[in-house]
Amino acid sequence: MRHIISILIENESGALSRVAGLFSARGYNIETLTVAPTEDPSLSRMTILTWGSDEVLEQITKQLNKLVDVVKVVDLSEAAHVERELMLIKVRATGKDREEMKRMADIFRGRIIDVTESTYVIELTGASSKLDSFIAALDAGLILETVRTGVCGIGRGDRILKV
Amino acid sequence: MISGAEIVIRCLQEEKVDCVFGYPGGSVLHIYDALFKQDQVKHVLVRHEQAAVHAADAYSRSSQKIGVALVTSGPGVTNTVTGIATAYMDSIPMVVLCGQVPTQYIGQDAFQECDTVGITRPCVKHNFLVKDVKDLAVTIKKAFHIASTGRPGPVVVDIPKDITAQLCEFDYPKTIQMRSYNPVVKGHLGQIKKAVQLLQEAKRPIIYTGGGVILSDAAPKLTELARKLNFPVTNTLMGLGGYPATDRQFVGMLGMHGTFEANNAMHYADVILAIGARFDDRVIGNPEHFGGEKRRVIHIDIDPSSISKRVKVDVPIVGNVPDVIDEIIKLMDSNFKTDPEVAGWWKQIDEWRGRDSLRYRQSEHIMPQYVIEKLYEVTGGDAFITSDVGQHQMFAAQYYKFDKPRRWINSGGLGTMGVGLPYGMGVLMANPDAQVACVTGEGSIQMCIQEMSTCKQYGLPVKIINLNNGMLGMVRQWQEMFYSKRYSQSYVTSLPDFVKLAEAYGHVGMKIERPEDVEPALRKAFTEHKNDLVFMDFIIDPRANVFPMVAAGKGLTEMILAEDL
Repeated sequence: MRHIISILIENESGALSRVAGLFSARGYNIETLTVAPTEDPSLSRMTILTWGSDEVLEQITKQLNKLVDVVKVVDLSEAAHVERELMLIKVRATGKDREEMKRMADIFRGRIIDVTESTYVIELTGASSKLDSFIAALDAGLILETVRTGVCGIGRGDRILKV
Repeated sequence: MISGAEIVIRCLQEEKVDCVFGYPGGSVLHIYDALFKQDQVKHVLVRHEQAAVHAADAYSRSSQKIGVALVTSGPGVTNTVTGIATAYMDSIPMVVLCGQVPTQYIGQDAFQECDTVGITRPCVKHNFLVKDVKDLAVTIKKAFHIASTGRPGPVVVDIPKDITAQLCEFDYPKTIQMRSYNPVVKGHLGQIKKAVQLLQEAKRPIIYTGGGVILSDAAPKLTELARKLNFPVTNTLMGLGGYPATDRQFVGMLGMHGTFEANNAMHYADVILAIGARFDDRVIGNPEHFGGEKRRVIHIDIDPSSISKRVKVDVPIVGNVPDVIDEIIKLMDSNFKTDPEVAGWWKQIDEWRGRDSLRYRQSEHIMPQYVIEKLYEVTGGDAFITSDVGQHQMFAAQYYKFDKPRRWINSGGLGTMGVGLPYGMGVLMANPDAQVACVTGEGSIQMCIQEMSTCKQYGLPVKIINLNNGMLGMVRQWQEMFYSKRYSQSYVTSLPDFVKLAEAYGHVGMKIERPEDVEPALRKAFTEHKNDLVFMDFIIDPRANVFPMVAAGKGLTEMILAEDL
């Protein structure tokens, strides 16, 4: 099962390595990981996309909670939530591909944020599956470079992760 | 204003630390200078940093105080890693203070620099790098707080040299609040009620307890509960002494080298009351072969992540063990009655007991089991026994009957050879008048043998019981049983003359080769040489093996008994 874990953690140097080290030491998967300070600069919010059975997820949550720097942990995917990922993708845009690329970006509600004579950089935000679909829809030979932020997510409505 | 180095020492004084184990070096010179100018905190100069950490660890294990080690940067730190990991695996509270190169040199591959926080991160409960002298006192306060609360563990504080020279006001906080660290203490009442209900329904119950009972000083409470219930009690290797071993309700240690009755009782139980234990692989063997479908488990532990980690738990109770046991006892009012079928369960257990699974072959040579039995007699069962890791460790655990907690000091989780002698030092620093025996083998003892010099300097009269079979016994046992007797690298040749070696260090050495000499030699060591370190080199039967044995990956009932061979 796919799970999105959200963590509030003290914004201390080394906090990221404690979390990453825990995952590697115990053999848990990290599919994506994002981290940045919150509105309170002493706290960071981390989002980890991971895979595992219910038993493994129970252990992941418990082990994360055991880290002294971790303030709170929730499994966002346990209930209603929204998730987004941002991708920047650089594509070859010459000849007839130039128009085609523009059209594809429009269809996926992407934005072209850098233009040269031969390339575009397209910015695309959405669920990870949408980004995957966009990549699949393009001619692989035209993709020059992709960079993705990994998933970040937030609970819907009254589900609030705060100290 | 005082210097950072003085702050370190003042913090130790505030924490009532009476002794630190350490080794000086460049990065900690300021701290050693501050140490020199006072006499409240004693210092034990070890011969290798690994021993400093092991000794601090045993200081904690054998008392209710927190052991402290002090080492320099770089190799000083890397040498401590085995000791820190050993303490971490057994949840031992400890504070390790490390020197670091000056702040402006960090990251430049300076002389004796290493990434202390990075290297120790996976084997500490928490670690800190102090970046500002103003944070020093509060960081040390946090270190002691974190080490000793919740599930205890070692905490490392890395202190750059320039911080120890800078001046600052000293203000030691009385208490500490951390928003990210608030361990649970009280168990959930609803769960405790469910547990009490299950205990009433149990027909084949067992109380299975581990190191958590020792660490939380819950032994008296456990005894009270067990007596009220009249249920059988088994202890893990780490839990020995948590329940009196000479009591009728005690069925012995369980696990890979547990007794026939303990392992069977654990396997066939319908209700397991697990307290401060973690169902580890050496205890229950293969979880897929463990117990029946209908078995129900109550698990009391301070650490939620220990619950349902290897075995599914029906009634999880997260909390401090003595507090939870107290709640259980309170709920067992006048209406509480255990099931009458428990009497039949006891009959079954006594039948298993009848197999006498710790019986061992007699021989014209000294049998290691016999040495431990005599050690038990000679010390009146009241000694602190430290051990190393291997066959001798199991013999000590099986044949020395521990009636009191904190008397059995060994590396259970990490299984670190070489801990025995430094453990003896730590025990004696915390309990100066105690009888202390280090049960070891000729393999293990050589891993920290340099500490005989420390023992001389500080007058630490550890009695070293060297069960010498010229073999790495446990390795040899596995090779004999599972590798068709191909004794690859398990034969130790060119051993030193241990008697002369002990004498060279200024101690007493004895070599004992005949069974009839075992007891007189032990008596002599513990009376005439009460205040001396005595190295007793027992030349034992090299064929002796540890039984019962559950082979790795097997279930608890698939025991190999001595009589089968």
